[in-house]
Amino acid sequence: MAYSDKVLDHYENPRNVGAMDKNDTAVGTGMVGAPACGDVMKLQIKVNDAGVIEDAKFKTYGCGSAIASSSLLTEWVKGKTLEEAGAIKNTQIAEELALPPVKIHCSVLAEDAIKAAIDDFRKKGGKTPDAAQESA
Amino acid sequence: MSTIQLPIYLDYSATTPVDERVAEKMAGFMTRSGCFGNPASRSHSFGWTAEKAVETAREQVASLVGADPREIIWTSGATEADNLAIKGAAHFYQKKGRHIVTLKTEHKAVLDPCRQLEREGFEVTYLDPEPSGLLDLNKLEAALREDTILVSIMHVNNEIGVIQDLEAIGNLTRARGIVFHVDAAQSAGKIPLNLSALPVDLASFSAHKIYGPKGVGALYVSRKPRVRLEAQMHGGGHERGLRSGTLATHQIVGMGEAFRIAGEEMDAEAARVLELRDRLWNGLDAMEEVYLNGDLEHRVAGNLNVSFNFVEGESLIMALKDIAVSSGSACTSSSLEPSYVLRALGRDDELAHSSIRFSIGRYTTAEEIDYTVELVKAAVNKLRELSPLWEMYQEGIDLKSVEWVAH
Repeated sequence: MAYSDKVLDHYENPRNVGAMDKNDTAVGTGMVGAPACGDVMKLQIKVNDAGVIEDAKFKTYGCGSAIASSSLLTEWVKGKTLEEAGAIKNTQIAEELALPPVKIHCSVLAEDAIKAAIDDFRKKGGKTPDAAQESA
Repeated sequence: MSTIQLPIYLDYSATTPVDERVAEKMAGFMTRSGCFGNPASRSHSFGWTAEKAVETAREQVASLVGADPREIIWTSGATEADNLAIKGAAHFYQKKGRHIVTLKTEHKAVLDPCRQLEREGFEVTYLDPEPSGLLDLNKLEAALREDTILVSIMHVNNEIGVIQDLEAIGNLTRARGIVFHVDAAQSAGKIPLNLSALPVDLASFSAHKIYGPKGVGALYVSRKPRVRLEAQMHGGGHERGLRSGTLATHQIVGMGEAFRIAGEEMDAEAARVLELRDRLWNGLDAMEEVYLNGDLEHRVAGNLNVSFNFVEGESLIMALKDIAVSSGSACTSSSLEPSYVLRALGRDDELAHSSIRFSIGRYTTAEEIDYTVELVKAAVNKLRELSPLWEMYQEGIDLKSVEWVAH
């Protein structure tokens, strides 16, 4: 299978690989996919008080297109508000990376991952870790 | 190390380069300065010399597999030989019964003709192999019925390289008068095969798996006991009516020469290839969470099929662009199913998705194996750093306990 230069670039030099403390209430974590299907994406966002994504990290088990989709997404969401990040569509990712039809599901997974991360952050209600402990 | 040419070819189970000696021989059977005649032309020397070349090749193929030359039928490859054997035997013997037994890990060239026969009203039992990939003879015996007419079990598996016990299987079928077909595409020229001493009735062969040309193969059809087939290709009545079509002299000569060379060099080559395979496995097995797929003892020398847990096969192949290998991961094809062979062994989908088949052959060197080990180690480590599954494994999370959001 021939990959686009952009997929190869993200695959060779993935951006923002890593993990953040998932118990930190400023962090939202989205994990989507399943090992049995051949891809799992974990996307994490750190959101500041103004509701802007300050940082994003990912880890992905999957094919080169899945790795590239999540790597690209971390670049895109940084500096965006939650609303802006939640509005990113898989078609934009697929277009940017020139994904072939059999790899479109990789971009769908990336869209699911950012939505899941935003949901997770919102569910936590933006409390600080200390406040969460006190209420427990 | 500077002698290594990239990419390194480690996909000898997919196909092999034509041996230079074979190519040279073939070149003499095409142009007008060579022997271009139709082997079926009986009225002039062009035909006679071509026929002689075809018969010499038939002897060479027969000799490697312990058959009588009259038991060898030329085909376009192992797929056609499998089709002719399975559909031909089923159609001929259908008055005796309409039940067939095969194995879930067979090549598609066996499974698909069986599916076709099911559509025609035959009944097919697809046996599960043991986790080692080997067939449990008790399970086979239990599956045989009064109306079973055909059993098709491959000699060496193309993905995992395991070797089935043809003699034990054939003893069960012969005692019951059941036709036994063997897909031997991956075994001929790699391990000893003496059909005259084995209770095998039909066997399929390919040239391009053993340094011959693509597009030619053969079917062994036993004479004692005599096995009958219904032809699948009708026409000029070539190959005693079993397979019509003008014989491809240059291809056949190439297959003959490839089989002749294999007969002479097989023992030494198998020992050398086995040493390289062990060298590769020892190197890879030093890593954590690496699993061998298929039995190590009953296995052809050139095959190593390994799962690298928590790393997805296609991304691994991308990282291994300097070596040519195959992946059991589905992503390389358009379906989302991982290798059906590995799944039939009971491997988790995760491990099936993480598998790589390395196949070693005539031109592989120790330097290439050492280079491959280092490359694979670096790639697996890099991808595990990227893998959320590896992270969870290191945190001690049981991945089976996680509720995944399947898609």
